[in-house]
Amino acid sequence: MTAFFQGLGLPFAAAWTISTICGILLIALPVMLAVAMVIYVDRKVWASMALRRGPNVVGPFGILQSFADGLKVFLQETIIPSAANKGLFLIAPIITFTVALLAWAVIPFNSGAILADINVGLLYILAISSLGVYGIVIAGWSSNSKYPFFSAMRASAQMISYEVSIGFILVCVVLWANSFNLNDIVKAQHGFGFGFINGFWCSPLLFPMWVMFLISSMAETQRAPFDLTEAESELVAGYQTEYSSMAFALFWLGEYGNVLLMCALNATLFWGGYLPPVELAILYLIPGWIWLILKIAFGFFVFSWVKATVPRYRYDQLMRLGWKIFLPVSLLFVFLVSGYLMATGHFA
Amino acid sequence: MIQAIAFYLFATLTIFSGAVTILARNPVHSVLWLILAFFNAAGLMILIGAEFIAMLLVIVYVGAVAVLFLFVVMMLDIDFAQLRAGFIKNFPLGFALAFVFLAELVMGVGAYKAGGLVLGTPDAATAPVAGLSNTAAIGALLYSRYLFLFETAGIILLVAMIGAIVLTHRQRGDVRGQKPSSQISRRPEEATINLQPEVGKGVTL
Repeated sequence: MTAFFQGLGLPFAAAWTISTICGILLIALPVMLAVAMVIYVDRKVWASMALRRGPNVVGPFGILQSFADGLKVFLQETIIPSAANKGLFLIAPIITFTVALLAWAVIPFNSGAILADINVGLLYILAISSLGVYGIVIAGWSSNSKYPFFSAMRASAQMISYEVSIGFILVCVVLWANSFNLNDIVKAQHGFGFGFINGFWCSPLLFPMWVMFLISSMAETQRAPFDLTEAESELVAGYQTEYSSMAFALFWLGEYGNVLLMCALNATLFWGGYLPPVELAILYLIPGWIWLILKIAFGFFVFSWVKATVPRYRYDQLMRLGWKIFLPVSLLFVFLVSGYLMATGHFA
Repeated sequence: MIQAIAFYLFATLTIFSGAVTILARNPVHSVLWLILAFFNAAGLMILIGAEFIAMLLVIVYVGAVAVLFLFVVMMLDIDFAQLRAGFIKNFPLGFALAFVFLAELVMGVGAYKAGGLVLGTPDAATAPVAGLSNTAAIGALLYSRYLFLFETAGIILLVAMIGAIVLTHRQRGDVRGQKPSSQISRRPEEATINLQPEVGKGVTL
């Protein structure tokens, strides 16, 4: 895109700045629109699994429900509890929302269509997703209230636990792709299974990793069945209890933004990203970003499906799953994958 | 130009947030400023082209260590009046520490003014490998030239971890542990019975 603006007679620095800002807008605006739409989809899927009709009043099939909700919270008054730590109380939702948008910078939407093509892309995503916990912890602490504080405690322990196993799972993928760059990781999946299937999921060594990544990403984004931080039967609404209006909406948007990001990562790391699912010339007629969006949509459907059907975990079960099952198993698979790759001369 | 602006921005923010870390009254604010300092230090690392170190700094320090700091500090119940009460008593010790740090700073600046140390010429193994990203270069050095140091560090960390577990582990007799396998394998037939007692007669369980 820089070349295009340079073609209009701008110097390199100006062209680069304008094209980067355009790139950011081209990613951030569709992501926010997509967040509004997936909130609707989530409620619709959840409703149909419970044999209800879901949102069906605002717009055709209730499709504008999220926008109506957005307008509603926008017009409400922001209430700050008098005992709260005001500065941090207002910063917390901003952190959550910003962090949810930041990581999209390194997701490749097509070969070459990537905002920041850096060679530590996957580490960048790990770094950014580890920041996500601060929004919740700061919100819980600064509210100066019991239930949000409990929620903050739970969130910090939960997110640290599952980041460890996510790290090991990513190591397996990185070993196979031989790169931290997400574009290279997608390219490494080209014709991965029998020269026909695009995607790491079809390897017997990486398929279990995919399953564990999916479950860990639910825990990492605090989606059901791991939504212990906002378990309404125990903690009212967790860290969001004291929040109202736009501050509450930012948490809401940030949370769904994180879920979409995890679906995008899932698609990029295991399902071939912007590549078509199988190697057929005719499938390449459909542009790559549509394949990516379809894969993200599939991932999100799985998230809603699980939310609608699986009961919430107990906290000790959550910790047990993270530390006693996922951690050793993912470590074992790091050994297995690196051993297999060494034996087959992958790094030669 | 942009590098200079970015450097002065990151450097100023690092120093500023480092200073506020020790000046802030509230320990939770201190930890949050410390996190900002880590973050800006990562920015400085990126400026010198060490993007791998920068990302590790954020993942390890911001993502894990500082979360644990925050975790502990948040739970402290601090009485600020009591915190400042021992000022006169602790003043001599604090003054001595401050003097030592000042002396170190003066010596450091003096040594810097006197010119750099000559460390000898690096041999081929420590020279950056051309054409490799610095992630791969660090890996290549760690697993060849510095293998023993790397493994020693790993063993020290392992010993520290086992030590911490041994020191804090205690057996308590009055706690009923969870047995997940028996919880999962329990069926409704074992857990419930269907009785139809006559009117006026209770049931014995």
